[in-house]
Amino acid sequence: MSYIAIIDYGLGNIQSISNALNSFNSPYILSKDRDEILNADGLILPGVGAFGEAMRLLQVHNLDSIIKEFAASGKPLLGICLGMQLLLEKSEEFGLTSGLALIEGKVIKFPLQSSISLKLPHIAWSQIHHSQSTQENSLFFDISNATDMYFVHNYIVVPKDKENILSLSSYGGFEFCSAVHKKNIYGCQFHPEKSAKDGLKILKNFINIVKAYRC
Amino acid sequence: MKKRIIARLDIKNEYVIKGIHLEGLRKVGNPNELAKKYYEEGIDEIIFMDAVAAYYDRNSLSEIIKKASKDIFVPITVGGGIRNIADIQTALNAGADKVAINTQAIQNPEFIADAAKIFGSQCIVSSIVAKKTSSNSWEAYVENGREPTGVDVIEWAKKVQALGAGEIMLTSIDKEGTKKGFDLELNEAVSSVISIPLIASGGAGKLEDITTLFHTQGVDASALASTLHYNLLQIDTLKTYLTSQEIEVRV
Repeated sequence: MSYIAIIDYGLGNIQSISNALNSFNSPYILSKDRDEILNADGLILPGVGAFGEAMRLLQVHNLDSIIKEFAASGKPLLGICLGMQLLLEKSEEFGLTSGLALIEGKVIKFPLQSSISLKLPHIAWSQIHHSQSTQENSLFFDISNATDMYFVHNYIVVPKDKENILSLSSYGGFEFCSAVHKKNIYGCQFHPEKSAKDGLKILKNFINIVKAYRC
Repeated sequence: MKKRIIARLDIKNEYVIKGIHLEGLRKVGNPNELAKKYYEEGIDEIIFMDAVAAYYDRNSLSEIIKKASKDIFVPITVGGGIRNIADIQTALNAGADKVAINTQAIQNPEFIADAAKIFGSQCIVSSIVAKKTSSNSWEAYVENGREPTGVDVIEWAKKVQALGAGEIMLTSIDKEGTKKGFDLELNEAVSSVISIPLIASGGAGKLEDITTLFHTQGVDASALASTLHYNLLQIDTLKTYLTSQEIEVRV
């Protein structure tokens, strides 16, 4: 049977993602088991909280190497929020911590000028700017440019290669990368599972990407 | 930045209840039915508060949250009776995204720091319940507005931010349930000392109240209860109105 594995490492919005997949009747498992994960057709890496703690938990269960092995197989992988940040090489949250390094680049704190009274965390519905709405088999197929998604974060990803940037958003006039894509690796800073109907559409698109890969 | 419109559902014995000044609680409906209705109508977030949890020393919203998170795909916050790390884990496992903490934080401020360290600041909403004591001075209350603490609200707001809270939900006991408008002085006083998002709660009755609130410097979100529960305002009407007043919201 084909299914998506959601990495269960004790950090994150696992229930919400499960509920979203349930709403599409899309089979999934919650797992930290190597075989279960590697046999999945698609992988979702959720995560909220601190980068260092998340990496520590992944390593405790040897999930860092399992995720890398899955990624190397070419099957689709989606990181959400902190789960996306973990895909990069390193983060400067609480000292420098190494990430999964599936996408080149780093994670930095929002570089907001003190002259602008902007608040952190960035907790808001903000627009994603992209050019994928008519591209079938894209994460943002049928998602209008400038659709609002729900964000909650203090840190942002800075991919080294601009080609890996799938969408841009802005906060306080500062533009940042809100979604990444490199080959079979996808990530979004916002929470599609918390972004109402348009967010669900993105998860549905990911399911379709997984299906298309299998065929 | 877009302002958030949040539905606040205070719950007692599995019913959404509503009082005035957090007292004289009356049943107004089923929490899951109301939450789903608000989601369908375009609400940006939902907050479930166990109105009696702190009082009875329990925390009982898990089943409601589990059910709600199955068909509501916007952020869900749970408050009332969150006492320890295990309570937070239970709420998150049930499908909540954030927890709102009041009583336990006043009793043990380090709880906010511990919780933020484990779950991240974005998960920790400091719920502050304020009652005016004199001009420009408010006292923090606990146990859903039943018990005074002697703690100054402005000082407490600074402290919870320093401890790692990601947001503050500020409820005015004086305005709560009155439908006479928000306590703007209170919201202004708190927002001027913090740099984390502020959710104002208590007092909304009409469209203009919410516009006035969002024109107050530093208020990021509005938690609505009576206005929604008693059908005084429709969410889409409100959002259209706010947009016409040049206040940005998700539509």
